[in-house]
Amino acid sequence: MLSVTEVQRIAKFARIDLSDNEILKFQKELASVLEYFEILREVDISAAEPMAHSVSLQNVSRPDVVKKQKAELAKLLLDMAPETKEGYVKVKSIL
Amino acid sequence: MTSQSKSESFTIRQLHEKLVAKEVSAKEIVEDFLHRIKEKDGALNAFITQTPEIALSQAEEVDKKIASGREISLLAGVPCAVKDSILVEGVTCTAGSKILQDYIAPYDATVARKLREQGAVFVGKTNTDEFNMGSSTENSAFGVTKNPYDVKRVAGGTSGGSAAAVAAGETLVALGADTGGSIRLPAAFCGVVGLKPTYGSVSRSGLIAMASSLDQIGPLAKTSQDAEDLFAAICGKDELDATSFEYEYKPLENFALKNLRVGVAEEFFGGGLMPEIADRMKSVLQKLERAGAAVEEIRLPHVKYALAAYYILSTSEVSANLARFDGIRYGKKAARARTLLDGYLQSRGEYLGDEVKRRIMLGTYALSAGYYEAYYLKAQKVRTLLQKDFQAAFAKVDVIMGPPSPFLPFKIGERNQDPLAMYLVDLYTVPVNLVGLPALSLPAGFVGNLPVGLQIIANQLGENLLFAVAKNLENLA
Repeated sequence: MLSVTEVQRIAKFARIDLSDNEILKFQKELASVLEYFEILREVDISAAEPMAHSVSLQNVSRPDVVKKQKAELAKLLLDMAPETKEGYVKVKSIL
Repeated sequence: MTSQSKSESFTIRQLHEKLVAKEVSAKEIVEDFLHRIKEKDGALNAFITQTPEIALSQAEEVDKKIASGREISLLAGVPCAVKDSILVEGVTCTAGSKILQDYIAPYDATVARKLREQGAVFVGKTNTDEFNMGSSTENSAFGVTKNPYDVKRVAGGTSGGSAAAVAAGETLVALGADTGGSIRLPAAFCGVVGLKPTYGSVSRSGLIAMASSLDQIGPLAKTSQDAEDLFAAICGKDELDATSFEYEYKPLENFALKNLRVGVAEEFFGGGLMPEIADRMKSVLQKLERAGAAVEEIRLPHVKYALAAYYILSTSEVSANLARFDGIRYGKKAARARTLLDGYLQSRGEYLGDEVKRRIMLGTYALSAGYYEAYYLKAQKVRTLLQKDFQAAFAKVDVIMGPPSPFLPFKIGERNQDPLAMYLVDLYTVPVNLVGLPALSLPAGFVGNLPVGLQIIANQLGENLLFAVAKNLENLA
C-alpha cells in the first residue's frame, strides 16, 4: 500500500502542490490503480525486448537553416507568457 | 434524438457538387450549421469555443472563388469542428484545462493548416477531457458534453465534443485525437464514424501532447466516405513531426466483402462486456458471413494486459509532456508564488484538474528510481508481446472486429468517482494505440435508444481497407 509519505514525495517530484485532503484522496486512488497494474506479474517477459514506439524510427538529419516565420510570431508567443520584460520571459530568480 | 432532418443531411461529396453547381452558397451552408449550434449547444455543450466570424469569412472566400469560376477543392466550404487540443491560429486553445483557459494559438496545427488551405470552414473548438485524459468528457474544466441521444448520458471521451457535434448536425465533420480510444469511444457512444489512423500517418504538430508515442489525430463524420475524405486531406509526412511518414492515401478499388477474412478474438468479448452489445456484434458478424466474408476465431493472448501496460506507458509520457505547464512560458500562473519552486507547485496545484494530477503522479511514480523496471520497462516488453500477437493474427486475417467498449453510453456521474472504473471503459481501444495500428469505429445499430459501435482493426497502413469494409457494411441492409 502506497504511504502518505510516498504520495508527498511523488507530488513533490511532479511539482504539484496538494492539500492534505488531496493527499489522502490520491493515496487511495493511486493505490487501487497500482494494484491493478499487478496483473502484469502474470506475463512472461523473459524473451521480450522493450518497445518504445510502434513505428521503427531512425535518426535523420536536416540542413541547419533558418526558416522564415511570420514577423509577429515572436510577439504572439511572448504574449502567452504570464510575465515578460523587455521582450524576454520573466522568471523568479533561481539563486 | 434531435438530429438534422433527412432533407438537410448530405455528404461532403454531395455538398461539393451543390456548391460547384451553385445550388447553394458556402455562406448559406455555414449559416445553417451555425444556427444549429446556437439552437442545440446550450443543451449539449459540444463546443468550448464557437468561431462564427472565422467560419463566415472562410465561407465567403469559398463563395468568391466559386463566383470567379475557379476550381474549389473537395473540402471547400465543408463545416469542420476541431477538438480543442488542436491549435487553430488566433483561436483560444484550452485542451479542456483551466491552466490554458486564456491561451491563444499562435499558429495552426499542421492538420488545421491543411484543412484551411483546402477551404474547410472552422465552426468551433470542441470539448475534451482535460489534456485528453478521460473516457467521458466529464474531466473537462468547461463542463461535460451530453450525448445527443440521451442528454443524461455521456458522449464518451475524450473527443466527446467532436462526436456529439457531428451526431447533432452542429458540424458536418470534425477532428479528434485518439491516445487510447478518444476518437473511437465517443464515435461509438454518439453513433458516428471515427478513425484512429496508423501512428505516424497524420502529423501531430500543433496537437497539445498527452502521450507522444500513442497520440494520433483522426476524423469523425456521419459516413465512412466523409471520414475517408477528411483523412485523405490530413495524412502525410510533415517536417514538423519527426514520427510522421510519407503517405499518399489511395482508396481501395474492387473490394468485395466476399474476399474478406475477419478475425474475432475472445479477448475482445470478455472483461464485463454487456450482453446486449455482444448480441449486436453477433448480428453484424452474421451479416458479414451472409455477404460471403470468412469469420474465424483468433487469439490475442496479451490483449488482457494491454490496459495495465497502456496506463503505465501513457502516464509515464504524460508526466514528462505536462512538465511544460509550469506557469512560465504559457498558461495560468499562481498569483501568490514567492519563489520559482513555489510558482511551479502552486500553478500546477491550482490550475490542473484531478485526473491530470493523478496521471502525472502515476507516471512520475512508474518512472522513479526503484520502480522503473517493475512498471515502465515491463510495460514496454508487454507492448512487444502485444505487437507479436497482432502480427500473428494479421498473417491469418485481414481485419479484426469487436466492440469498441464493453459498455453503452453511461450516465453522467456514474463512473467518475472511481478512476479505475473509468479506465476500464478503454479496455478494447487501448491495444491498437500501443502497437500503432489503425482502427475505425462504425455505427452498428442500437440497444434501446443508445448507439453501439463496431471496432474494425487493420494492419498498419490499412486505412483504405478499413474504409472499404466500413462503406460496404453501411450498404448492407
